[in-house]
Amino acid sequence: MAVDRETVIRVAKLARIRVPEGDLDTLAGELSNIIGWVEQLEEVDTDDVAPMASVADMKLRWRADEVTDGGVRDKVTANAPDPQQGMFSVPKVIE
Amino acid sequence: MTALTDLTLADARDALAAGDVSARELAEAHIAAMDSARNLNAFITETPERALADADASDARRAKGGALGALDGIPLAIKDLFCTEGVMTTAASHILEGFIPPYESSVSAKLRASGTVMLGKTNLDEFAMGSSNETSYFGTVENPWRRDGDNRPLVPGGSSGGAAAAVSGRLCLGATGTDTGGSIRQPAAFCGIVGMKPTYGRCSRWGVVAFASSLDQAGPMTRTVRDAAILLGGMAGFDPKDSTSADMAVPDFEAALDGGVKGLRVGIPAEYAVDGMNPEIAALWDRGKTWLKDAGAELVDISLPHTKYALPAYYIIAPAEASSNLARYDGVRYGRREDGGDLTELYENTRAAGFGTEVRRRILIGTYVLSAGYYDAYYLKAQKVRALIARDFTQAYEKCDVILTPTTPGPAFAMGEKSDDPIAMYLNDVLTVPASLAGLPAISVPAGLSGDGLPLGLHLIGRAFDEETMFRAARALEDAAGFDARPAQR
Repeated sequence: MAVDRETVIRVAKLARIRVPEGDLDTLAGELSNIIGWVEQLEEVDTDDVAPMASVADMKLRWRADEVTDGGVRDKVTANAPDPQQGMFSVPKVIE
Repeated sequence: MTALTDLTLADARDALAAGDVSARELAEAHIAAMDSARNLNAFITETPERALADADASDARRAKGGALGALDGIPLAIKDLFCTEGVMTTAASHILEGFIPPYESSVSAKLRASGTVMLGKTNLDEFAMGSSNETSYFGTVENPWRRDGDNRPLVPGGSSGGAAAAVSGRLCLGATGTDTGGSIRQPAAFCGIVGMKPTYGRCSRWGVVAFASSLDQAGPMTRTVRDAAILLGGMAGFDPKDSTSADMAVPDFEAALDGGVKGLRVGIPAEYAVDGMNPEIAALWDRGKTWLKDAGAELVDISLPHTKYALPAYYIIAPAEASSNLARYDGVRYGRREDGGDLTELYENTRAAGFGTEVRRRILIGTYVLSAGYYDAYYLKAQKVRALIARDFTQAYEKCDVILTPTTPGPAFAMGEKSDDPIAMYLNDVLTVPASLAGLPAISVPAGLSGDGLPLGLHLIGRAFDEETMFRAARALEDAAGFDARPAQR
């Protein structure tokens, strides 16, 4: 299926990436090519095939619900772009 | 005497044990080599002071006669996708420039605990997304090899391009890489070295910047098969912090090497002999078959019928997982931030400025195939095809013990040659992706030169958690190939 400009705008919005107006047509073309190419999978008969999410043939392990780490606030915020009073900061989200 | 930078990892280990060389001498020789090879751009961050401190600590341990690690004093390079405590880790992305991890990845922690010396963090494609190292924010890496009579720079392959160039150019005795669809094996083939991807779950993913979590696997990059076996021994092992880490004992991979291949059944998949295969690659593959046969192996024709669908399935699954994994780069908790009028604008501006074009393209593809109305048609379909690809291998292994193919469709190409066409670039991984989707161990062994003097690799795929058989066959190939060509720059 061809990916048009509007689809690129919608997907970019979902992905939270601002795409400059001038890149939209190029991206629509590239994404169309890639999607068109992967659509060859339609040829494969996958009726009754269970989807494979992981090759690791294992059940997820359980562990005791106990605290094993923590108390390292300054380490956690050390790489934050704008930490304030030991917390992450964001623009105001509630009026 | 052999230059210290020309030693194999195994020889250096033995020379250290015999007291013929010190860890400091090894570290200094490699730091000097790095100084004179900056043009390769193999490293994003060099850590010479750390290397010398690690080396002195190793020498002190040895002098005291205390307990030593299996790799004590061995100078290594670490791909800049492994978080290293106190040392900048970027994933070659602008969005992580300046990020100093407060913790160490499990694989690099294991290597530290076994006494290794860290020389620096190697360059890669941004977030490991690429097959030429041209998508790095920190610039392209040069392959140390040149075509005969042609001095134009070539790509080292990717994504572990810096690691491959560093090992090939004698800037380290070995390096860690990561492989999602071929990111260890393809650059190893392009640079004339050994690159090995273990079984999914063999090495911990904890602390490795995530690209596609159901595929990512760390592995060794070295100049010999023996060195790969030794280095893997230092990287592998169960880690409760990675939920898909295999709770299994780590075999002595080095001890398995010299078992020979008498009676080994080597599968030759019909579907890999695609129309239009580069005749040099086809001839190399034929030589590989003959070498293993002459060493006593039995060649078995096998079929992996869904091979041609592996690459398109991969280019749905990997971007889908990437789009989810890379959602964490939001400009709030770590990494780069670009301000915006509100929170959504902050996210959108941060991610627009922080990600390069290939990463953006893959996030958009991944978001598209996971979005409402398309999930079943693309993502679920790809997961079903993945199941069929894995089943192909299971059935093939009823008839054979290991599978032989070429590693890449051709030798290293020139910078810029394929960077304008994403699908042409993706086709680099056509021979390595099927084993990735099935989670199987695989290795590339340098096996010959192209007509214009560039290295070519042969590829062996093993059964899950049977790296030992794969190593044994790799050792036989290496022995028969007698590959001793050297890059132009080393």
